[in-house]
Amino acid sequence: MTTDIRDPFAKPGALTPAGAEPIVRALGIEKYFAANHVLRGVTMEVYPRETVCLIGKSGSGKSTLLRCMNFLEEPTVGSIEIDGLRVDADPLHGRSREHREQIRQIRLRAQMVFQEFNLFPHLKVIDNLVEGPIRVKGVTRDEAVATAEKYLEKVGLAEKRDEYPGRLSGGQKQRVAIARALTMEPKVLLFDEPTSALDPTLVGEVLNVMEDLAHEGATMIVVTHEMAFAREAADRVYFIEEGVFVEAGPPDEVINRPQDPRTREFLARTLGEAHAHEGGAIHVPEDRAHLHGDEGEAHVHDVTERSFQQHDRL
Amino acid sequence: MMSGGGGTGGAGPAPGAGFETVAGEERPAEIVAAIARSRNRARGRFRTTFVLTWVVLVGALVGSLALGGKIDGDFILKWAPYILGGVPLTFIISIASIAVAVVLATLGSLGRLSGNPVIYGIASFYVSLVRGTPLIVQLLFFYLALPQIWEGFASIDLVVLGISALAFNYGAYMTEIFRAGIQAVPRGQIEAASALGMHERTIMRRIVLPQAVRIITPAIGNEFIAMIKDSALVSIITVQELLWRAQEIGQSNFRSLDTLLLAALVYWIMTIILSLFQDRLEKRLAASEVRL
Repeated sequence: MTTDIRDPFAKPGALTPAGAEPIVRALGIEKYFAANHVLRGVTMEVYPRETVCLIGKSGSGKSTLLRCMNFLEEPTVGSIEIDGLRVDADPLHGRSREHREQIRQIRLRAQMVFQEFNLFPHLKVIDNLVEGPIRVKGVTRDEAVATAEKYLEKVGLAEKRDEYPGRLSGGQKQRVAIARALTMEPKVLLFDEPTSALDPTLVGEVLNVMEDLAHEGATMIVVTHEMAFAREAADRVYFIEEGVFVEAGPPDEVINRPQDPRTREFLARTLGEAHAHEGGAIHVPEDRAHLHGDEGEAHVHDVTERSFQQHDRL
Repeated sequence: MMSGGGGTGGAGPAPGAGFETVAGEERPAEIVAAIARSRNRARGRFRTTFVLTWVVLVGALVGSLALGGKIDGDFILKWAPYILGGVPLTFIISIASIAVAVVLATLGSLGRLSGNPVIYGIASFYVSLVRGTPLIVQLLFFYLALPQIWEGFASIDLVVLGISALAFNYGAYMTEIFRAGIQAVPRGQIEAASALGMHERTIMRRIVLPQAVRIITPAIGNEFIAMIKDSALVSIITVQELLWRAQEIGQSNFRSLDTLLLAALVYWIMTIILSLFQDRLEKRLAASEVRL
C-alpha cells in the first residue's frame, strides 16, 4: 500500500555510486503513543554513502522516527526498507515469530548508537564489541575479536580494549559504542543524539569520529542538535516539527538559508544559543548551559525555558 | 559575594597581588591538617565510648544473671559441647535452604516477568500463597499434613523436609527480590542488546541476568542471615539442630534460662560474623571496577 510513496527531498549524496537506489526507505510512517500522534506520515529515503541529519525541537518526533527505523518503536502505520528488506508495520501482530525475525534482520542492517551509550557495564570493552557478532551473527570469537580490534583502533581506543566501561570517560564510552555498532558491519548507522549526554569538552572527540565516518562514505542517519556537525558532514538535513517534515535539503540551504518560518525560528534559537556561549564551547548541551553562567542572569531565562521544553518531551 | 578580586581582609596585600599569596604559603595546609587531626580525635573518642558501652551492657547482663545465682556456669560448661554440636546442622540447613530458594526464586522471578499468563499465574500464586501464610504453618504442613495426602512423606528425612519447607518459603520472598533486581537493570541495556539483533532469551541470559545478580547479591546475604535465625523453627519438627538441643537439655533439667541464653548467644555471634562478611562483600562490590 505504501509502494508508490516517494520522498520528494531524496537526492543521491556526493559519495553515492551512480545509479544507486535508496538504501533506507521509511515510507508513510505514523506513530501514536496512546492517543498522542507523534509522527504524522513521514517519508524519508536515504541513498548509500549519504549522511543525513534529522533536526528539530525536543518532542518533534525526530528520535521516534529514528527508533522506528530499527523497530525499537513499532510504527503504527508505514513500512521500513533497509538494503532491500522491506518490513511493514504490524502493531497488531507484532509479536509473531516471522515479524520478529524480520525486525532482527532489519537491526542487523541498521545499527544504532544511543544518547546514553548503553554499553554493557559487566563486560570489558572488547567483550562489548564481540558480544553481538558472536551471539547474533555466529562469527567465531577469533574473527570477532579481529574485527573489533580494527574498529577500536579506528575510534582511537585500542589501548582501552580490556577496560570496563565504568572506567571510561563519556566521550570514550560513546566512541566504544560507535565501535560496537561498526563491529556488526551494518549497512546503515543510526545515531540518536550521540553527543547530548556528553560534557561539552568531550563532544568534539565523538563528532570527529563521526565526521571521519561520514567522509569515508558510511551511510548515516543522525539525530542531532549539533548544527556545526550537520553543516560539516551532512549531505542533507531534514527539519521535523510536530511529526512532519517542514523542510529538507543540503545543509547550506536548510541551515544557512531556511525558507520556512518554523525552521528559521528553530535555527535562530539553536544557533543563537551556540553564539551566546562562544569563547567557551559551541557545543553546549541544554542542561549544562548554567555551568557557563559567569555572566549570570542573562542565561537564567533561557535555561528555565529550555528545561520547560524538555518536560514536554515524550 | 559577586565582588571580584582577592582582597577580602583589610590586612591582605594590595588588590591584584593574586589569591595565592593572601594567606601565605603554608597556612592552608596547616589548617587542613589541623581539621583532619581534630576529626580523627573525635572519631576515636566516639569509637572508644561506643565499645565501652557495649562492654558495660554485656557485662551487666551476664554479671547480674551470674551473680544473682540465676545461671549455673558449671551446668552450661557441661552441656555446651552437646548444644553447640547443633551448630553445624544449623549451618547445613541454612545453606541448603538458601541454595534451593535461589533456584526457586530464579524460576519464580522469570515467571513473574513472563508474558505468558499461565506461567505468570503460577508464579504469582506461589508468591501469594507463601507470603500470605505463616512460615510455621507451612513447616507443620510439610511435617504433619502432607503425610496424610501421601504416606511416603512420613518416611522423608526430617532434615530434608525442613530444608524443603524453608526453601519453599524463602523462595517466594526472594522471587520478589530477584524480580526487582531484574527490573532494576536499565531499559537502555535491553534496547542496546535488541538493537544489536539479539534474541530475547540471549538478552536475558547474557545481558540482564549477569547485571541483576550483581544488584541482588547483597540482598541474598541479608536473606542468608535471616535464614540462620529462621532455621531454628525446624526444631519444632524435631530436627536436632542448635535450638532443639538447647530446648531439650533446658527442659529436662529445668534450666532453660541457661541453655536458651547460650543458644541465643550463638545465633547472635553467627549473625554478627555473617554481617561482617556481608559488609565486606558489599564494599567490594561497590569498589569494583565493574560499575553498574
